[in-house]
Amino acid sequence: MSALLTQYAEVVGDAVVEQLRALARPLTGLRVVHVNSTRVGGGVAEILTKMVPLMRELGLEVRWEVITGDDLFYSCTKTFHNALQGNQVNPTVTQLKAYEDTNLRNAERLRGVLSGAEIVVIHDPQPAPLLGHVPERKGRWVWRCHIDLSQPHRPVWKYLLPHVAGYDGSIFSLSSFARRLPHPCYLIPPSIDPLADKNRDLTDREVAAVRQQFNLDPDRYLVTQVSRFDRFKDPVGVIQAWEMARRYVPGLQLVLAGGTATDDPEGAEVLREVQEAAGQHPDVRILLLPADANVTINALQRASDLVIQKSTREGFGLTVTEGLWKGKPVIGGNVGGIRLQVHDHHTGFLVDTPEGAAVRMRYLLSHAGVRERMGARAREFVRENFLLTRHTTEYLALFHTLLEGRAERVDVA
Amino acid sequence: MPTAFTVMDCAILARTTGLAVQSLRELRDALLKAEPESIYYHFWGGLLRPTFDDPEFINDFAVWAWRELRDRALAERLAMVDPAAHATIEELREELLEVIESHLDGLERPLWVDRDGQFDFLAARVTVIPTRDTIVTPEDLPGGLRRFSRGSLFYHFIDARRRHDESLDDLRAWLGGFDRTRYAPLSARLAGVDPFQGSLSRLRDQVLDAVNRGLAEVPE
Repeated sequence: MSALLTQYAEVVGDAVVEQLRALARPLTGLRVVHVNSTRVGGGVAEILTKMVPLMRELGLEVRWEVITGDDLFYSCTKTFHNALQGNQVNPTVTQLKAYEDTNLRNAERLRGVLSGAEIVVIHDPQPAPLLGHVPERKGRWVWRCHIDLSQPHRPVWKYLLPHVAGYDGSIFSLSSFARRLPHPCYLIPPSIDPLADKNRDLTDREVAAVRQQFNLDPDRYLVTQVSRFDRFKDPVGVIQAWEMARRYVPGLQLVLAGGTATDDPEGAEVLREVQEAAGQHPDVRILLLPADANVTINALQRASDLVIQKSTREGFGLTVTEGLWKGKPVIGGNVGGIRLQVHDHHTGFLVDTPEGAAVRMRYLLSHAGVRERMGARAREFVRENFLLTRHTTEYLALFHTLLEGRAERVDVA
Repeated sequence: MPTAFTVMDCAILARTTGLAVQSLRELRDALLKAEPESIYYHFWGGLLRPTFDDPEFINDFAVWAWRELRDRALAERLAMVDPAAHATIEELREELLEVIESHLDGLERPLWVDRDGQFDFLAARVTVIPTRDTIVTPEDLPGGLRRFSRGSLFYHFIDARRRHDESLDDLRAWLGGFDRTRYAPLSARLAGVDPFQGSLSRLRDQVLDAVNRGLAEVPE
């Protein structure tokens, strides 16, 4: 077994890795291409950073291509992102033209790779029109939608539908995110990588160094939300919850740590709103971290007593998975994939309001034994369900299914 | 001497079916047209899904009645629908419909939930994978079973019931190739395992217990 697979086996057990190898064996040499719109920042890039090497290790010939565009393109796709999650916003004609032109240009650049691939996985709406620009394609194409499409702004969805309808299948994280499409819609929740800097075990010294870096007092409670500065993550609601909770938990510290993604032009504006809401309070740290600050984020989550993710809209919520993996109970917004991960009294609490978050902070911070039990259960829950190995297993099963046609049963033997 | 038992594994890939319901009446109507694969999935697929749902309400219909419709009596009745007691999915569908329709007859007001609580009918594609593990004799079973992944347990003890007559699991089917009289106690113990009570980890414990007891009863 290779060094990488041995490392995974140490975390998830030999049987899981053996299952991966058995699934991959008949796919040796399969040409797979993943396409998305950013190499760094955001959950998709994080998953691909780790999944692509693992699939290669298993014998598949996997490439990861990134489409490139200008600010107008990204402002268009950000509008799509907001609209698909329910905001009543429409891209301008100029933005749509940039979207279509950008995809055409990228299709010309990637044509050779895409037309020869046996499996192409297109992530999210940004590169979705590529399919229409590669009519000579030989392989099976699948659209991987990481967004909650349950209640999209209909004009935007109607615009995008012709771009995605022609795929051989779609993948959604949850059944409630999916829409009716003229092809099979598969359900594959995303995952985190236990070997990544963001999730690997850290020494006490590494955690202490990050506490010191941000002047966090180890003798006082700390609650942390890690996510982009995005209104759907409700960072202002988190500050409101912290203000209520600190009346009962004196000295409670709050960290709001956000990265930046190259495809998110709204981040700076939301960051200003958050800074304004926090004022100059010394117990609130608003940290704008670079995309490669993975060890820092890892240490902040480990240094915390609780992790919070008070989203009002959420795709899957990988920061929740990360918090659970660090053995922390998570207070999460009662939306999207957070509902799949946070189970009241088992791995944390679901909340609908800042008041709800404050109530649960107050409860958990005054019950150390409950925090510990929930944390231990949370880590095992992630180990069994939301690590990269499970995710890759399902992708490999999907590849078999795509190659075999619509059979309900695929016998790899 | 029969051939060695080849340990198989499986991966489940869930898919949507396009059916979703928000009320008990809609559930009844949807059950009339749901794919057999979907009904099967909602009885067994939960074993391979992440959940802390109330384990006593074993199938997804019962869990939905309990958690979303908040109808305890209906949840209890649905939880007692035993798929292993039916030879076909169509028979199982009929029993589900009977339970739901009789409950609807007694309702004074409609039972419904908002969109967040809707029931999505799913189905699954099963990918079957050979492992390199084998079990040569029944006496090797305890060690072999401890190496089973969750997928192997699902394949050999749950999926098997669809592949064999009389709801046999793969172990009992394999034991049939040996001296039937000698291993009759072991087969009888395995027949007593109820795969429908709880998680796959619990199923492993149950099977191991049955195998250990059954082997102790095998004549020298």
